[in-house]
Amino acid sequence: MKLITAILKPFKLDDVKDALKAAGVQGMTVSEVRGFGRQGGHTETYRGAEYKIDFVPKVRFELVVDDGVVDSVIAAIKAAASTGKIGDGKIWVTGVDRIIRIRTGEEGHDAV
Amino acid sequence: MKLITAIVKPFKLDDVKDALRAANVQGMTVSEVRGFGRQGGHSETYRGAEYKIDFVPKVRLELVVDDSGVDAVVAAIKSSASTGKIGDGKIWVTSVDRLVRIRTGEEGPDAI
Amino acid sequence: MDSGNIAWVLVSAALVLFMTPGLAFFYGGMDRNRNVLNMLMMNFYCVLVVPIVWVGVGFSLSQTPFDNDFIGGFDSFFLKDITVAGDGMSLAVVAFLGMFAAITPALISGAVADRMKFSAWAIFVPVWSLLVYVPVFKWVYGGWLGQRGSIDFAGGTAIHVNAGIAALAAVLVLGRRQSAPTPPHSMPLVMIGTGILWFGWFGFNAGSALAANGTAVQAFMNTFLAAAAAGLVWVLIEWLRDGHPTNLGAASGIVTGLVAITPAAGYVSGPSPIFIGVIAGVSGCYAVRLKHKFGYDDALDVVGVHFVGGLVGSLLIGFFANPSFFDGAFMEGLFYGGDAKLLLEQAIANGAAIVWSFALTYGIMVALKKTIGVRVSEESESGGLDLAEHGETAYHG
Repeated sequence: MKLITAILKPFKLDDVKDALKAAGVQGMTVSEVRGFGRQGGHTETYRGAEYKIDFVPKVRFELVVDDGVVDSVIAAIKAAASTGKIGDGKIWVTGVDRIIRIRTGEEGHDAV
Repeated sequence: MKLITAIVKPFKLDDVKDALRAANVQGMTVSEVRGFGRQGGHSETYRGAEYKIDFVPKVRLELVVDDSGVDAVVAAIKSSASTGKIGDGKIWVTSVDRLVRIRTGEEGPDAI
Repeated sequence: MDSGNIAWVLVSAALVLFMTPGLAFFYGGMDRNRNVLNMLMMNFYCVLVVPIVWVGVGFSLSQTPFDNDFIGGFDSFFLKDITVAGDGMSLAVVAFLGMFAAITPALISGAVADRMKFSAWAIFVPVWSLLVYVPVFKWVYGGWLGQRGSIDFAGGTAIHVNAGIAALAAVLVLGRRQSAPTPPHSMPLVMIGTGILWFGWFGFNAGSALAANGTAVQAFMNTFLAAAAAGLVWVLIEWLRDGHPTNLGAASGIVTGLVAITPAAGYVSGPSPIFIGVIAGVSGCYAVRLKHKFGYDDALDVVGVHFVGGLVGSLLIGFFANPSFFDGAFMEGLFYGGDAKLLLEQAIANGAAIVWSFALTYGIMVALKKTIGVRVSEESESGGLDLAEHGETAYHG
């Protein structure tokens, strides 16, 4: 099993969710985060003083999937989240040693 | 590639960001989280009733780096986030199997 | 006896009370999220302690007997001999003026934000009220400055210049914050505060006629127009200079316009409040940048908004005062047939208030610094004053 984490532009949230649903993904966790990357931030001017806002709003998707579907899930996120502009975000994959569904106590593949 | 996750004190965020920039880190994701650790929480008394606030505000940083950059990045976070007081936070490193830059489709270290 | 007058003064008193929470939100939103409760409490504390000081000794020392030159007397301590005979106006005036006494030190809180010990603030407020606010108020209203011919309708010199220059003295003793300034943590809160301030300011200015009459109506209209004009120019300057019309620019302009029209509200008419608002808005918009040039850490721009706005408005009376419109017994401004005498008196009055307020405030702050200390610990400053000073946090997850 793998944990797929993606950092994306917030307005792509619905598109990515729909694409993942269409790809048969059963669940995911989303959080509001802030990112700092090549996109850079912006400056805000309050009473003539400039404040550099380095972090831009992003959403983080996290989902645990079977090894066999990693490629298709990544492809779905890529296609749905891409605008071709800088700041589209990143996807990374890490190994998951164990997963448990709390209600049933199911473990591993069954709990995905 | 490795995913470095750090939980630090919120008011240290700017110092850590500057230190990581100086260490040539290209990007990172931060989120506001709450932590429960040895620092303990505090209690607030409202109208004579005491409320235990176990979780204290923390910032979570996440960044994916090349294996060779791990030590330098960990050192930069350590020195910039440290106050010497309990509750300075933790850093952990996990392996990343795969990394994708959404806009270009680049994979692996090129996508960092 | 006129029940209309008394009704208007009572309503105005309540409107002015409401300005202190308004100011608290205006400042609190601009502050950082771990210091917002400290800011609210610094303001609310003023409406806890000042009414007691005011009724106890402040009103008497600043008003009775009215014609004293420098300070009043003991005649009205603890409301002695103030009755509700007739229409009760004398008691209503004590209440109305008490609201002004309460908000004046609250204005200073914006400058000392993010680092002042609350215990030091708790002592500073009543002491400042008695040593600075009371005498300056006396000089302007009935005392030597007023007798010379300077005028101050609702407190440009007595309140805004007074508190504004005190804010400068306070931050010079207090020192700079250890971390860099942050942008406002909640602009919606700032805008709510601004709305409450503007609303309350109708009581502040129009209520200062102490009657439901034509002067009150003109003061109301002036309060309406000056704030709009100042807000408009501030936003336009930002738009052209910095690229965006910001909410904080609108809020800052509105408050600066309100400050500037305060001394002039019952003395100017026609388009004058618009000119005063425009001049105040331009002045304030540039004055808030002086702190970056000179290095004093006036956190939320009390000097740029209140000192500069109050001074500009008070001096502009020397140009725009129009006694014939009000059938009033004050001198004419330069644009209405007068000579420079009124402008000179306005300058003298503000100069006297500035010297007294700056010197006494500096002295009070130094005395506090040498005894109980005026700054929170570095740890409290970085971790936030809400928890360190008040044991509360504003935003629970």
